[in-house]
Amino acid sequence: MSDAMKKDIDTMPKKSPLSFQIDLKKFEKATDEEKKQQDVMSESVSFFRDGMRKLMKNPLAVGSIIVLILIIGSILIVPHVVPYGYSEIITVDGKRDKTAANMAPFEWSEKEQEYIDAGGELFPHIMGTDELGRDYFVRVIYGTRVSLTVGLFAAIIVLIIGVIYGSISGYFGGTVDLIMMRIVDIIYSLPDMLMVVLLSVVLREILNVDAFPLLQKLGTNMISLFLVFALLYWTGMARMVRGQILTIKQNEYVLAARVGGAKSGRIIRKHILPNCISVIIIAAALQIPSAIFTESFLSFIGLGVQAPMPSLGSLANAARAGITEYSYKLIFPAVMICLITLAFNLLGDGLRDAFDPKLRR
Amino acid sequence: MSNETASKNEYLVEVNNLQQYFPIKVGLFKSLPLKAVDGVSFAIRPGETLGLVGESGCGKTTVGRSLLRLYAPTGGEVFFDGEKVDEKSIGHMRKQMQMVFQDPYSSLNPRMTVEDIIGEPLDVHKLYQTRGERRDRILQLMELVGLNAEHATRYAHEFSGGQRQRIGIARALATNPRFIVCDEAVSALDVSIQAQVINMFEELQEKLGVAYLFIAHDLLVVHHISDRIAVMYLGRIVEIADSNELNDNPIHPYTQSLLSAVPYPDPKMAKERQRIVLEGDVPSPLHMPSGCAFRTRCKYATERCAKECPTLTDRGNGHQVACWNK
Repeated sequence: MSDAMKKDIDTMPKKSPLSFQIDLKKFEKATDEEKKQQDVMSESVSFFRDGMRKLMKNPLAVGSIIVLILIIGSILIVPHVVPYGYSEIITVDGKRDKTAANMAPFEWSEKEQEYIDAGGELFPHIMGTDELGRDYFVRVIYGTRVSLTVGLFAAIIVLIIGVIYGSISGYFGGTVDLIMMRIVDIIYSLPDMLMVVLLSVVLREILNVDAFPLLQKLGTNMISLFLVFALLYWTGMARMVRGQILTIKQNEYVLAARVGGAKSGRIIRKHILPNCISVIIIAAALQIPSAIFTESFLSFIGLGVQAPMPSLGSLANAARAGITEYSYKLIFPAVMICLITLAFNLLGDGLRDAFDPKLRR
Repeated sequence: MSNETASKNEYLVEVNNLQQYFPIKVGLFKSLPLKAVDGVSFAIRPGETLGLVGESGCGKTTVGRSLLRLYAPTGGEVFFDGEKVDEKSIGHMRKQMQMVFQDPYSSLNPRMTVEDIIGEPLDVHKLYQTRGERRDRILQLMELVGLNAEHATRYAHEFSGGQRQRIGIARALATNPRFIVCDEAVSALDVSIQAQVINMFEELQEKLGVAYLFIAHDLLVVHHISDRIAVMYLGRIVEIADSNELNDNPIHPYTQSLLSAVPYPDPKMAKERQRIVLEGDVPSPLHMPSGCAFRTRCKYATERCAKECPTLTDRGNGHQVACWNK
């Protein structure tokens, strides 16, 4: 404070005693130490940690994380705990139990009841049994496992192809962009369900999976499913990545980096990729439920996984036959599909709210 | 300005007949050149500030960017310290020529800490041997622009607009440039912060001797900071003069109307002043009027204005005006 100003304050004219004017003489100047106490600053947080904190405050996102952890935990643990196989018809005392078909949840068949009465111990059929006498709980869990795997792998395939294609198109721009995006438009305009049906029919004829035991177990339908995802479903991701890169390229910090003398490689690495990675992750998280949904649909119309391997869609399809008598057989897989898609969608939304740079300044 | 050898010593930056056209698609196959900058010439001495004013869309920013070769110019040439700026030479010139951007929000990468933002030009030009050296230089720069050392590990979104602009300025200063283009560097800030940042620009010029091309649309700000002012209209410079000379004695009708629009702090004097209100709109830069671009809105316009485009002529004292009638 300048001397002139100090003088002004000291000689401030007194007003009437009723005035609310503050008497400056009653105040003391703050010492340096006291001033320092005002400099309390919030802890610097990195972008990722800040986003995680926001995510953890979102009850829907936390709820869906918990649901997903429970589902994943159960598909890992249940097959080891429950003593029934997904393709195994229930046997009592080493003999096939023909009376055990189409049982309601927690019901015992006649033979099982006899066995328990005789002092034997059996694991309960939590969701009953299906029309062939297989434990339905294990089948639903295996179906969930298949559906989740399909969803995850499909999302990864879509992510890899979409990101590479989209970033090439977006970064180079001009004619390259024009041609690449027209290709995307063509693929986008194909009716995807029709393509899926046609491809799985054709691929079943062409694919020779006998040589690979792993592929054989998956079945041609499953492989064609992955191929369909690789061929058709990456377009949305590619478009999104391209759009993202186009907007980030417009930002002045990219220009600033060029003024600073940075080369293209450095600009992509340091400025463009870190700014669109969160959007890509979010899009991938939202891709998973849509892939699961497609898989369920294909299994439902009979083009999905091969029997006896269950998937949630094929279970629902099988349940259609006895829908009036055994409605629980449709309810269990349907509820599972709902839970998974809802949880992934809500988690994706939560991730977007927490990480999308567009929603914050 | 035509005498190249003489200007070599006198001028740091020399722009000769700079042209920057952008092709704009009209219809399916046809494209018209948008003449964002059409034959601009000026020169800046070491340690001098040239203000560049004009309304939105007149090509001020494009001049700054073409100058630093962020766009490849359509025509004309730029000399820096006597050396021609082209695709080859720009590499080592980037160290000498820097830029401060208009929007302090989009000009800082949200994923980088202040330290990395300021340090980027140092990294690119490898201006340090050890990590410690880099850190020292960054802290020194932060102190220079009035930021605390503990801000170094923070992210850009944690700062206010004024602080962000300071970060941008520190980044521009990192390589010890001799010339900085300030592209509307204070327009996005509120008035009190503007004053701080402008004073800082002046202090830095005194301390480091940098030359500025100060692009703005606020005449008061430009008058305050500039040694000379150039007025642009539709891609051309219509008047260029010493700051005070231009303010007291504007010759071009466009400059006169611009100056009459400057708000005056004294209401009594403001009442007495005559406002020159321009009629009509700015013509589309895609369909420029023939001859003088300003003639469609100029009350002095004659037939000659439609036929020939006036060039800058000296009216004494380095006051150059492009007008037939004034």
